[in-house]
Amino acid sequence: MSTKNWPLWEVFVRSKNGLEHRHCGSLHAADEEMALENARDVYTRRSEGVSIWVVESKHITASNPENNGEMFEPAQDKVYRHPTFYDLPDEVKHM
Amino acid sequence: MSEEQVKNLEEQFEARIARDEKIEPKDWMPEKYRKTHIRQMSQHAHSEIVGMLPEGNWITRAPSLRRKVALLAKVQDEAGHGLYLYSATETLGISREEMYEQLHTGKAKYSSIFNYPTITWADMGAIGWLVDGAAIINQVPLCNTSYGPYARAMIRVCKEESFHQRQGYEIMIKLANGTPEQKEMAQDALNRWWWPSLMMLGPTDAESIHTAQSMKWKLKRKSNDDLRQQFIDQTVPQAELIGLTIPDPDLKWNEERQSYDFGEIDWDEFWQVVKGHGPMNKERMKARVNAWENGAWVRDAAMAHAEKKQDRKEKKAV
Ligand SMILES: [Fe+2]
Ligand SMILES: [Fe+2]
Repeated sequence: MSTKNWPLWEVFVRSKNGLEHRHCGSLHAADEEMALENARDVYTRRSEGVSIWVVESKHITASNPENNGEMFEPAQDKVYRHPTFYDLPDEVKHM
Repeated sequence: MSEEQVKNLEEQFEARIARDEKIEPKDWMPEKYRKTHIRQMSQHAHSEIVGMLPEGNWITRAPSLRRKVALLAKVQDEAGHGLYLYSATETLGISREEMYEQLHTGKAKYSSIFNYPTITWADMGAIGWLVDGAAIINQVPLCNTSYGPYARAMIRVCKEESFHQRQGYEIMIKLANGTPEQKEMAQDALNRWWWPSLMMLGPTDAESIHTAQSMKWKLKRKSNDDLRQQFIDQTVPQAELIGLTIPDPDLKWNEERQSYDFGEIDWDEFWQVVKGHGPMNKERMKARVNAWENGAWVRDAAMAHAEKKQDRKEKKAV
């Protein structure tokens, strides 16, 4: 019986140049080379990508949704960060 | 957490789903939601994986290269579907090994349709056409389900399924227009796969236990009986088009309902197969367990190799 299980990897695929890599799922592999090969077979069987990133899941630090309040709410009352906050006369063009 | 707090959280949770918000892995969720999703999603993954076996049976004997590459690609897709779904299920906190364990010990179920044998080439046609056809009807509504990773996996799956059904139907067209023996083979496959395909859409609503809760969580959008009716209504004309006969003497167009009436389903057979007494239950599990056990040394060797490589890298760095 196996002694150690293959670790989990997160897979990110760039669908074409000009677009960002996007998370598309995860898989198990013994090492990074195998993770890349498996990612190719599992997530790009129909030319869905031109570039793949794999990163071992344990290296990802994620924010906790329970702290979403203190994490993201401070941005909500800062309307002055948006162009619509500023009053301009209607006659002004191209701004 | 106090009972009051949990109740509060649950109410907020249900309200989020009702607003069509998605639930993501790290969000708080009721234990029952987590358990129900682990059960349904892992069963779904197991079905994709076990579902490779009946068709794998014919890859080496496909009648032409065109058929062989198509069948191979289809079976490979099913492996992919299983992998998307396993990894989506893992986000709920169950390990891959635990899921395999549940499958191999019979604790977890998989779709009972895969416990029927594939005895002729025409079965490849009937499976793609009917079994994948019924699967699509089941799966399309799940693209909108409430659990984010499940919904995203289903979108990928559904995109890939339509080729599966078309390649199956194409096999049936060819056989149905072939020699009398070929046509008979196609009819025979339809005769054997029709009723199990109807059963695949689940027990009648009267006997389905999980429906109300599943509807609320968008794990289900339509009842089993509605899905079954949809499947029948869309499939009957496809059979007629290629001159095959649905093996149901009670099948009749109902002008008033604008739908087909159909005969009684043998639910005893369904429950027998679910309980493990179908023609191929033992065979399927044996194949799965063997594949897992005989592959253990490969998994171990790959892990040992990875560790050695890592060691070497670290030594060089010093
Ligand atoms: Fe599938
Ligand atoms: Fe399929």
